[in-house]
Amino acid sequence: MLSTVLEFALVLGLMTGLAVLMGKWLTRVFTGTQHALPERCTYRLLGIDPRESMNWARYGSALLLSNAAMMLLGYFILRLQAVMPINPLGLAAQTPDLAFNTAVSFITNTNWQAYSGETSLSNFSQMAVITFLMCVGATSGVVAAAGFIRGLSRSSSGDIGNFWVDFTRTLYRVMLPLCVGMALVYVWQGMPQTFASQALATTLEGAQQQLIVGAVASFESIKHIGTNGGGFFSMNAAHPFENPTPLTNALHILSMLLIPSALTYTFGSMLLQRRQGWVFFGTFLVLFIGFLALVYGAEQNGNPLLTQAGANQTLSLEQSGGNMEGKELRFGIADSSLFIATTTAATTGSVNTMHDSLTPMGGFVPLAQMMLNCVFGGDGVGFINLIQYALLTVFLVGMMIGRSPEFLGKKIEAREMKLVMLSVLAHPISILGFTALAALWPDTMASLNNLGPHGFSEVLYAYTSGTANNGSAFAGLNANTPFFNTTIGLAMLIGRFFTLLPMLAVAGSLAMKKTVPAGAGTIPTATPLFMLLVVFVVLVVGGLTFLPALALGPLVEQLQLLSGQTYN
Amino acid sequence: MTTQSIFKGLLRPVLVSAVFFMLLTGLAYPAFTTVAAQLLFPFQARGSLLERDGLVMGSALIGQHFTRPEYFHGRPSMTLGADPQDPSKSVSQPYNAGSSGASNLGPTSQKLVDQVAARVQAYRQDNGLATDAQVPVDAVTASASGLDPHISVANARLQLPRVARLRQLPEAELLQLVNAHTTARTLGLLGEPRVNVLQLNLALDARLPSRQPPIAASE
Repeated sequence: MLSTVLEFALVLGLMTGLAVLMGKWLTRVFTGTQHALPERCTYRLLGIDPRESMNWARYGSALLLSNAAMMLLGYFILRLQAVMPINPLGLAAQTPDLAFNTAVSFITNTNWQAYSGETSLSNFSQMAVITFLMCVGATSGVVAAAGFIRGLSRSSSGDIGNFWVDFTRTLYRVMLPLCVGMALVYVWQGMPQTFASQALATTLEGAQQQLIVGAVASFESIKHIGTNGGGFFSMNAAHPFENPTPLTNALHILSMLLIPSALTYTFGSMLLQRRQGWVFFGTFLVLFIGFLALVYGAEQNGNPLLTQAGANQTLSLEQSGGNMEGKELRFGIADSSLFIATTTAATTGSVNTMHDSLTPMGGFVPLAQMMLNCVFGGDGVGFINLIQYALLTVFLVGMMIGRSPEFLGKKIEAREMKLVMLSVLAHPISILGFTALAALWPDTMASLNNLGPHGFSEVLYAYTSGTANNGSAFAGLNANTPFFNTTIGLAMLIGRFFTLLPMLAVAGSLAMKKTVPAGAGTIPTATPLFMLLVVFVVLVVGGLTFLPALALGPLVEQLQLLSGQTYN
Repeated sequence: MTTQSIFKGLLRPVLVSAVFFMLLTGLAYPAFTTVAAQLLFPFQARGSLLERDGLVMGSALIGQHFTRPEYFHGRPSMTLGADPQDPSKSVSQPYNAGSSGASNLGPTSQKLVDQVAARVQAYRQDNGLATDAQVPVDAVTASASGLDPHISVANARLQLPRVARLRQLPEAELLQLVNAHTTARTLGLLGEPRVNVLQLNLALDARLPSRQPPIAASE
């Protein structure tokens, strides 16, 4: 127990230190005026003028259109997999609906996977489609945050930067160097990194074992640094080749939190308001620690039905105990809980434990974090989501005291609030609307792996994960059907772009406004009080929106578990 | 701000960036990493393959299915494999490293409760435990990957008398071997204490070959 608390403290302490270092570096990347040689060559190749300044609409269009082109390229490679090189196992192409779902999933930084990696993707596709889309999808998120923060930091100017410059720099100065370095550490710890597709072994008892290998380490490093989350293997970061040791597990966790937490510092630096950055960091942290405690408690407590069946789930020096169904022994309960809290906070969606087999309250945590979608959040978008809630907070508080709301010295008016509400509402409409549709869809029952409230949770989880661009799953659900592939694909697009584009528009609109000096009626936003107010607004808005759905899923399941009710 | 000025000149960078960044991040990045990894850590980069008499016995990181009583047994595995009779169907094939998988059964699943109860019974029988003995949870629940190479120390200690008896080894000596294959928490904090089953069984065979030698791989 003590070692668990110390472990959590160590990881969160390291995260905080790294957030400062990375935050400083990102500030330099976003504000630097020098272009390195490889960057200048890239600009010439793309045929762009790095001195051009874009307004939010042009910046957003460049993001949207380049993402669309990259997605289409990925789609066609998946459809043509059978004739592409490096496919020694002769894997067939993905079907149109599955290839659509996969390409959308990876460009939107969701990484929902309706296929299983070992049996569906060649080594070429794993690199040229998946690794490629993971790199550019994550970079796009960070770039959106760069434009967004720049918009907040400027006054009386419509420009939020140059998309191509931000993209190229983020990729060259942040993503690629970090990924190469981390990949080599991962290989040292045991992850395969080879062009071969398999190794054949004869087990001690004489059976044949086919070991699937490939370029795993380079895949894993961008997957976590980019808060992507898709697995090289079907069982993702639970697979010993994707996550061989507790050290790689800790590095995965720190990688996922690196950029989302650093952006709060970058924000503070670029606005010359360090305190404000720390207030947002604190908001993230308060929510995170609460959820972590909840999932750890529930999983360590275990499943009472398994104790009745004769399993010993008590924590001792010789075993971690707890609910070990769907967990790996090297991680036990503590490392699994930390990973669950992180992957759904930072909307990565990588899993080192099967979320479908979590206890009801353990499963409540990933669902709730994805519904709130702003506990750290994914690379770039998590920060943007938090600002959306901060704007909502100043608006609500302003209404209560009868003053016109201000944020960072800018007046918040009807236009900004309408855009914020569009973004706030798109999220639950997509999650709840699609879940309701699936609940009525006649074929849904055939896709469920569990019945009763847990079956409902499987469907709710799928659309929550898709809309939040998380990508983890209650993986018992068979989502590889035309209905689920299409609707979850749409949910991912809505979740990504109905948040990013309205919020970029907010940034553009704030950039054009004059800065007004703080008056007597201005609510100070760089205080612990404001931090608690934001936490409160996040929980109230999220709670009011999603509590009924959660009540039908994990909450009623918890009550049934305590009364011993089971489903066949 | 007209629509025309928003999209002006975007076509070329949009198309070129898709292809160029695909080549850079999808091919050059993994290829460079592979070359560096093969030079620096060739053993790990190829999958940590363990060899005995020139034959690949498996990967140090991937568990194997042990059924013989003179071996330590790993955790239950829910991986599937193609049915030899009808390749379009899947059947249970524990520790199939070609297709990792889990049960994904929820906590209120009767199937899960039944599976655990059956495994508890079998474990008690295999290891000569009392009919009401509590069994370590890792021994009766399926892992996430279906390829978990480890068991808990508690699980190994309960299997120890059985293996010692069948291998005609003193229990104290076997305990030393188990302890030698037990990994502690990293830095005393990360992960859980654990026993690598494949490496322990390989060490057992090296000390005292199994009475039923493995079938030579002829196919």
